[in-house]
Amino acid sequence: MNPAFSVILLTTLTGAAQGLFLALFGCELAHALNLSAPTPGHDFYVVGALISLALSGAGLIASFFHLGRPERAWRSAAMWRTSWLSREVIVLPAFMATTALYALGHAMGWPLSLATGAIGAVLALALFVCTGMIYACLKFLQEWATPLTVINYMVLGCASGLTLASAYAALSEAELMFVMTSLAIALTLTGLATRSASLLRNARLRPRSSLQTAIGIHHPRIAQRSQGLMGGSFNTREFFHHKTLQFLRSVKWTFLLLAFVLPVLLLSAGAATASAPLLWLAFAVQYIGLLAERWYFFAQANHPQNLYYQTIS
Amino acid sequence: MTQLALVIDLNVCVGCQACVTSCKSWNTSGTAGSLADLNPYDEDPTGTFFNRVQTFEVGSYPNTETVHFPKSCLHCEDPPCVPVCPTGASYKRAEDGIVLVDYDKCIGCKYCSWACPYGVRELDPERKEMTKCTLCVDRIYNEALPERDRKPACVLACPTSARIFGDVHDPDSSASKAIRERGGYQLMPEWGTEPSNHYLPRRKTEMTIRPDQIVRTDNPLKVDGLKPMPDASTPALDDAASW
Amino acid sequence: MSTVRLSNPHAEPVEELDVKKTTCYMCACRCGIRVHLRNGEVRYIDGNPDHPLNQGVICAKGASGIMKQQSPARLTQPLIRRPGTERGAGEFDEISWEEVFVLLAERLKKLRETDPKKFALFTGRDQMQALTGMFAKQFGTPNYAAHGGFCSVNMAAGMIYTIGGSFWEFGGPDLERSKLFIMIGTAEDHHSNPMKVALSKFKRNGGRFVSINPVRTGYSAIADEWVPIKPGTDGALLLALCHEIIAKGLYDREFLARYTNAGQLVMQNPDADDFGLFAMDPQGDPVNPDYPHNKYWWDRLTDKLVPTHTPGADPRLRGCYALPDGTPVKPAFQLLLDRLKSYTPEWAEGICGVPADTIRRLAHEMGVTARDQKIHLPISWTDSWGVEHDHVTGNPVSFHAMRGLAAHSNGFHTIRALAILMSLLGTIDRPGGFRHKAPFPRAIPPIAKPPRGPQAVKPNSPLDGMPLGFPADPADLCVDDEGRPVRIDKGFSWEYPLSAHGLMHNVITNAWRGDPYPIDTLLIFMANMAWNSTMNTSEVRQMLNSKGEDGEYRIPFIVVCDAFQSEMTGFADLILPDTTYLERHDVMSILDRPISEFDGPVDSVRIPVVEPKGQCKPFQEVLIELGSRLGLPAFVRPDGSRKFRDYPDFIVNYETEPGSGIGFLAGWRGVDGQKAIRGEPNPKQWEMYAKNNCVFHYVLPASYQYMRNWNKGYMEWAQRVRMRRDADPILIHLYSDVMQRFRLAAQGRRPGRRPPPELRERVEKYFDPLPFYYPPLESQSTDTTRYPLNAVTQRPMAMYHSWDSQNAWLRQIHAHNYLHVNPATARAAGIGDGDWMWVESPWGKVRCMCRYSEAVEAGTVWTWNAIGKASNAWNLGPMANEARKGFLLNHLISEELPMQGTSRRMSNSDPVTGQAAWYDVRVRIYRAGDDEPKESWPQFEPMKTLPGVTKTRPGVLTYFVGNWKKRS
Repeated sequence: MNPAFSVILLTTLTGAAQGLFLALFGCELAHALNLSAPTPGHDFYVVGALISLALSGAGLIASFFHLGRPERAWRSAAMWRTSWLSREVIVLPAFMATTALYALGHAMGWPLSLATGAIGAVLALALFVCTGMIYACLKFLQEWATPLTVINYMVLGCASGLTLASAYAALSEAELMFVMTSLAIALTLTGLATRSASLLRNARLRPRSSLQTAIGIHHPRIAQRSQGLMGGSFNTREFFHHKTLQFLRSVKWTFLLLAFVLPVLLLSAGAATASAPLLWLAFAVQYIGLLAERWYFFAQANHPQNLYYQTIS
Repeated sequence: MTQLALVIDLNVCVGCQACVTSCKSWNTSGTAGSLADLNPYDEDPTGTFFNRVQTFEVGSYPNTETVHFPKSCLHCEDPPCVPVCPTGASYKRAEDGIVLVDYDKCIGCKYCSWACPYGVRELDPERKEMTKCTLCVDRIYNEALPERDRKPACVLACPTSARIFGDVHDPDSSASKAIRERGGYQLMPEWGTEPSNHYLPRRKTEMTIRPDQIVRTDNPLKVDGLKPMPDASTPALDDAASW
Repeated sequence: MSTVRLSNPHAEPVEELDVKKTTCYMCACRCGIRVHLRNGEVRYIDGNPDHPLNQGVICAKGASGIMKQQSPARLTQPLIRRPGTERGAGEFDEISWEEVFVLLAERLKKLRETDPKKFALFTGRDQMQALTGMFAKQFGTPNYAAHGGFCSVNMAAGMIYTIGGSFWEFGGPDLERSKLFIMIGTAEDHHSNPMKVALSKFKRNGGRFVSINPVRTGYSAIADEWVPIKPGTDGALLLALCHEIIAKGLYDREFLARYTNAGQLVMQNPDADDFGLFAMDPQGDPVNPDYPHNKYWWDRLTDKLVPTHTPGADPRLRGCYALPDGTPVKPAFQLLLDRLKSYTPEWAEGICGVPADTIRRLAHEMGVTARDQKIHLPISWTDSWGVEHDHVTGNPVSFHAMRGLAAHSNGFHTIRALAILMSLLGTIDRPGGFRHKAPFPRAIPPIAKPPRGPQAVKPNSPLDGMPLGFPADPADLCVDDEGRPVRIDKGFSWEYPLSAHGLMHNVITNAWRGDPYPIDTLLIFMANMAWNSTMNTSEVRQMLNSKGEDGEYRIPFIVVCDAFQSEMTGFADLILPDTTYLERHDVMSILDRPISEFDGPVDSVRIPVVEPKGQCKPFQEVLIELGSRLGLPAFVRPDGSRKFRDYPDFIVNYETEPGSGIGFLAGWRGVDGQKAIRGEPNPKQWEMYAKNNCVFHYVLPASYQYMRNWNKGYMEWAQRVRMRRDADPILIHLYSDVMQRFRLAAQGRRPGRRPPPELRERVEKYFDPLPFYYPPLESQSTDTTRYPLNAVTQRPMAMYHSWDSQNAWLRQIHAHNYLHVNPATARAAGIGDGDWMWVESPWGKVRCMCRYSEAVEAGTVWTWNAIGKASNAWNLGPMANEARKGFLLNHLISEELPMQGTSRRMSNSDPVTGQAAWYDVRVRIYRAGDDEPKESWPQFEPMKTLPGVTKTRPGVLTYFVGNWKKRS
């Protein structure tokens, strides 16, 4: 596939937003359950939720750039019964609204903030599922058609959100920062594991479709001579990244480094030195790493339609 | 239940591209139009077409087959492009099984094209709406056209009548008969999409001439004496041996 | 604007379109089309189901006709080279048509008054020859031809000189009844829709289709068997097939004996001047003095010499006999046997690369199918000798061939071999075999003769003779007393005696060199002689601009008529903007190359469906106007006043001779439109064509539809309607005494004209009365170890025979071309798939891109022709793929070859017919350096956009016609 930056931004930004929200809610829940000592004030939740809202809002805006006809975007909630995309379109605004309500609740000191947070958390998790399932449900995109896709969206979003929460917490509560950083490191390492699992899985994938099944001729040697067009088409623009394998490989190592290895080091160093800048750096590096990861996620997916678009003459 | 579809006969398709441009010509000014062309007179011209004819080489020289392969929307029985559409723009008609796009509902998210393994949907670069073969739905029911003309443009154009149009659920239709009798097959059966369009494979007409078929009693060589008797005066075995 | 929902097609009022019928001209096929108009604009073009040629189907080109109208390359007004600027600089001024006609009439009038041959008219389209040829004849210039010389004249001449007909417009395979079909040397898509329609029916009926071709694309793709062959060696294969068919006794003896000259006796006294001519019976009735029939058979039953076709006699086909005066004679068939003796399958294998076993097997398939699957149609007919037959026999083996055989310097003899093979199998004008299309068969050779020398060209007089024709004898050549050519292209000279279609490919070189003489005005219609229609493109472009020592252009005045800004328009002094096919009247005339069917003559017309763009004027109107202004006899009344208002008026009222009843159109003649083929002019003829799908189809009675060379009923009918002058039978020329007459002249054994000394050996060698194989001339003079590969071209189906590669839809399918190379061959040269590479011949080199293909003979490389364009030509952008990645192979092909042993240069053509030998070129290939630019070479200065041609090319085209707008 040809990675679209609008979608990369959408999924990475909202992923961080969801993760951050989950961190906030987790913090409040832990507090309510008397599990942790740090007790950040309402401001912590208000600003945190607003950051989450800003991120998801930016993601939403980015998503509009993916649409050919954004003025009709309102129609896209219609098919929630069958379409994960439609479900995402419903859940994302619901999540954003809940986040806003959560911020408002804390700002106003409403009593039901925990309940709002719970709804928000469910929506955040549901949104991960929707986003992941948009890709995982396409069965012939074999690189995507695996539970690992949903898991990765969830884990990587949470990791990114927690890293952000670490940096954010460092501004106020050192102890909270430690908790958050520990969780961020744990999630990042989990992400490394789950994402590596999908990389390993995809490296061993055998495409189910071949030129033989694509044109229904069963001969070991088939070569395309012409795809019926020479100046490119939607099919050659949308489904091919037009990059070399070497470039793809370097993106893979880059994101493994930037999204996982460096953030863990930076998070550890940040926690050890209680350095907010290092933690912010950890978030920035990880976010860039996730951009690369998401680019790779799309680029690596080999659409069976590509079998029909191999050669011109 | 009706399922309209095309059955494409690879045994006679010569790759002339008539179906490609007749489709473009009909549809760009029809209910599915317009179909844009970018850089029509400059570098890398590219445009929206519902139908493409591709060429494959099968085997190695000198045992090579050149296969021309037309490809358009296959109107799957279970079209994966339909359930993924968030707006309902992509749909399959109950009455005739045609998979269509309601352009006015299309938001141009391209998700349906991702969900199609065959690469037969093209986002029009100007309209930013997903487009695809409609089986000329604005021809086949158009009573202003003579009965004969109520077929997809590509079918009427095809000089080798390699495109059979009909109801593949009606066992008596010419399309169904062709599938049944000529080994019609579906593309990428591994995905369970059940394409309604089928392809008919190449068939070879061989000829075997056995040695005993070549010379017949009325061989003209007898008349023309290409094998004349030798002169009686030349020696024979009788002149040289006794038993 | 209202919105139509696809979900409910019935909701919208159904759209009714205005339908007009006319004839397509996106290629040379001429299918019937329906043009659907929405508010007067073209909304859709499809095939006319009521048309006999295409039966409702259409091709990629025809369906893209709309984009021809949209082309940004359309010329819209007459242009004249700006005074003071150089030719080729692209500076033009607008000029009115009146000024054009004044200027041209004045210039041409002077030429006609002094030396009419200083005016040369050459056209790229050979389906308007009835008018263009007539104009040249009326003007009095012999310097006229259409593109046949560089297209397929070998196919026309080789077959017409053998069976009196040929492929495509002249005849073709009866695939409806055929069982075995062999297509040999047929590029991609020749001819277009009718062949496709027939081929698919043939395959569905279980027919077996064998393709013999160096390349497997197009029709060959669906062949049951592909037999790859080396280019230029088909003659060897065909001769070996003949050898094997005779060796096994698989020939149709009855057919050969009666319907060919197989049994006729040829004089064999090697010392006599009549050696190799048919023995003639001085007491016999020649029947037709121009084509005497008083020849002899040696009767097998009585073992006696008898007049040919003596009732009850059966000729010996073999042996050597003696005339009463002692002259040894042999039946023509025996001479053929002698010739074929050494042409064994093993011999052919070494030349053409087809295994001997395959050759034998194919011969057996052909012979056994022809013999054992005979068709008997219960149709009674009478042959030319009065014998009544109660059925028509068919041997269901058919062939189709075209430029793959023709465009070689050995093509004439190769095609003679094919025609002889078809005759041995007994398949001529019989069901399931080859069938003629009216007005064929013609006499062998046809009656039309070129002017016989310089005396035929006189000031202020029409030409004495037809500009083009079929020489039967050296006396018919167009040469002067010294044997020097009279025509600018040296057609019908001793260099290329049977050049029935002229040699358009040498006109510019000859005129530039002033050999045989300089000309003044060259009028080119619809021919891209500055690009893909010329050999040696780069140098020919320089010749067009070249000036002599006097500072004047060597070709003083060049007029180009075209609808588009082609490469050629850049070299014009005067540009005449033509219309497109949708904007004009046209006729596909029986006087020309009509669209006849096997079952009878068919002609058709074009009727305009849209207004001409700008000031565009159909070329036909230009000729009528010029003819009238020049006072050419056919165009003016005796008092000198104008005879025809315009082209439609001319078509209706012109008769070949006053009162002849023969005109351009055969349908709805006679004052009330009741007469067919022949009749008085009918003022309502156009309307009647318009009402009848623009086509007139005269179906012959079944008994006239077969065996027409020897069908008394058909011949008498054809004579009655004046489609033929004579009614005598046309025996197939297995043995060509026409060729022998030229050979005897070269040997000095014949009174009258002799070739000049330097050409005697050549004429003697190549005017062999029987087909023989020789390697193409270029191979003979090329170091084939240095240039080991053959390079050939073809045009893709989506552009076959088409004139507008700038078509917005079609150019998306073929935006540029590759050189297709067998992977083994490419790898051996170190060239990877998709690499930039050089292909080089002794004459030039081209940089292009390589595409591996398993479907090409390993010693052959090929590419699509005419995809490559000069920069900015056809008003394509400067970075258009056609100019940057596309290329022409023409740069590698010389229009001339050195004549061995002399300083002379001769046309790179068949020595018999002057057919351009495009496919003879030998090349080598190597990888382009990594540091070289990734673009094709050579490149040319971008053309300037001409005045009147749109300056703005659309970046986006969203074609939606009419006000009936679905969407806002």
